[in-house]
Amino acid sequence: MASDQPLLEVRCLVKHFPLKKDLIGRGGGVVRAVDGISFEVREGETLGVVGESGCGKSTTARLLMHLINPDQGEMVFDGAVVGSSDMPIKRFRRQAQMVFQDSYASLNPRLTIEDSIAFAPQVHGLPHKESIARARDLLARVGLEPRRFAERYPHELSGGQRQRVNIARALALQPRMIILDEAVSALDKSVEAQVLNLLLDLKDEFNLTYIFISHDLNVVRFMSDRVMVMYLGEVVEIGDSESLFQAPLHPYTRALLSSIPSMDPDQRTEFPPLQGDPPNPINPPAGCRFHTRCADAESVCSQRLPKLVSQSHNHSAACLMLEADSGHRKARHLLSQ
Amino acid sequence: MNTDPPFVDVRNLHVNFTGGRKPVPAINGVDLQVRRGEVVALIGESGSGKSVTLRSLLRLHQKRHTQMHGQIIVGGVDVLGLTDAALADYRGKVASMIFQEPLLALDPVYSVGAQIVESIMRHGRVSKNDAHQRALSLFERVQIPSPKRRLQTYPHEMSGGMRQRAMIALALACNPQLLLADEPTTALDATVQIQILLLLRELQRDLGLSVIFVTHDIGAAVEVADRIAVMYAGRIVEEGPAANLIRTPRHPYTLALLRSRAHGALTKGSRLVTIPGAPPDLSSLPNGCAFAERCNFAQDECRQNQPAAIALSTNHLVSCLQTDATSNVVALA
Repeated sequence: MASDQPLLEVRCLVKHFPLKKDLIGRGGGVVRAVDGISFEVREGETLGVVGESGCGKSTTARLLMHLINPDQGEMVFDGAVVGSSDMPIKRFRRQAQMVFQDSYASLNPRLTIEDSIAFAPQVHGLPHKESIARARDLLARVGLEPRRFAERYPHELSGGQRQRVNIARALALQPRMIILDEAVSALDKSVEAQVLNLLLDLKDEFNLTYIFISHDLNVVRFMSDRVMVMYLGEVVEIGDSESLFQAPLHPYTRALLSSIPSMDPDQRTEFPPLQGDPPNPINPPAGCRFHTRCADAESVCSQRLPKLVSQSHNHSAACLMLEADSGHRKARHLLSQ
Repeated sequence: MNTDPPFVDVRNLHVNFTGGRKPVPAINGVDLQVRRGEVVALIGESGSGKSVTLRSLLRLHQKRHTQMHGQIIVGGVDVLGLTDAALADYRGKVASMIFQEPLLALDPVYSVGAQIVESIMRHGRVSKNDAHQRALSLFERVQIPSPKRRLQTYPHEMSGGMRQRAMIALALACNPQLLLADEPTTALDATVQIQILLLLRELQRDLGLSVIFVTHDIGAAVEVADRIAVMYAGRIVEEGPAANLIRTPRHPYTLALLRSRAHGALTKGSRLVTIPGAPPDLSSLPNGCAFAERCNFAQDECRQNQPAAIALSTNHLVSCLQTDATSNVVALA
């Protein structure tokens, strides 16, 4: 199914948010929300994105959708640079859609749900009648009977139903890629399972590509073909989902995975895998950004920037322990081999 | 078995909210006992009544719009019969609460230290200096780095995990014997969640606290609880020791909750087992079992009468008529 050319290629994306100075000129500085990330998304796959809050997951999603403009970097969608004359942003947005976490805030409270779903196709030139017909089709497709639901307002629906509406709306322009930013996080577990199944069905039916952002690692593992782990605005590990979950390479990924509760009362976690919160992205630590919380950190980690190196087929990580001759004691030595 | 009277004894608790157009029966006959030094987790989905049960133990619901029947005894005190003044002494001193969102629960215009000192001085005759000392030792207790400086910070200056630690320190300020935790880790990252869960477990062990822990995350419940009670539509449908409940659940709802979880052993491309339908409308509950219309095992008898709790073994109680049918179902792959 996947061709050689990735559907989306992200090159060195950077977004810094400047901070306001106070009255006497203190403060300033920048929040390095996304700091030079590169990755690709292949046609037909689901790329999971995980990391703690503040690691830049949502900023990345917003940058991808051009809801905010990047400071640096470019995106290539289907072979064309987004924003160039080959792929103007309006055309790109027809092909990439987004579902947000807050199902209520992302719907216009004064539009019925069929009008909400039909809105974007109308903006893109579909006549009113056809767009309503498409909206009703999509409602049926996401499991909401059009005759009962089409003319309701968002406040008349439950959270799970509203999220189904948001998914239908994202599908209305027949996109090729959907970004799901914590789309199931606010739902109850039994509803979450229903929506996840729906997403998988729709992906098969419409041949979609997903970028699935979530803090729930179990859900990401279930949904994703590949997973990208972010820490303080950088990609620390990216690889095939099973190989990443079964044999994580980066110490941060290992800590993240061992934070998942065990579901076994006889094997409870005794020590927290990580101490404290992630450092402030305003002044991220020099060198490897994870060195302040890493059990294997050595002095070289605070000086040298680890590079994202491919370790095996489809699995890369950025850690000095994995970089040959990096100066870390656990690193491989090329000469001695 | 322990024959002491339980520290928390809730019997046949009913809570009705009368503020809206129709009264909403949020709790429909909850029985819950918690012994001294025991951790009980209440799990369930939104609207199942787990938070309402917890808040009833501190009588936090608005008096005007709430009707409460039944009995709540905590440490020999009849909570529903307390006068307002006695209730103020009871809150914080006997039982205290940790909320889900510390940023909303803490006062934004006072430093965290000042709030803890206030709480200590309200409940005991101590000098301001001693109260300060105690606040400092509490911050050390909950492992806040550089505690002296942190006492002077305001809630918005702290990170989420730190705020939750401060909230726990505040809850412990007056040496309560019962700690009520309402989704204390839901808003936190997985890495911070496990830190807070371990802290709660350690404090509970060292101080001999009874804890009632409300969560929708079964994983978090298993990590801290001795016993787990599952709620649905304002009732406890199954309760038992954590290991029994996870390994051999017998109520169809508990089974379905466990089976609908995404977990590592699932094969790619498979679908999750889902519970059909949606939770019932509390203002028009059916006569019979509230779960019957979503239940694979339901028979006609289920829809007629409310199933009573039956004991499958000591401590493992299930309110279901079809427990024979559920005994052969595997819950966890």
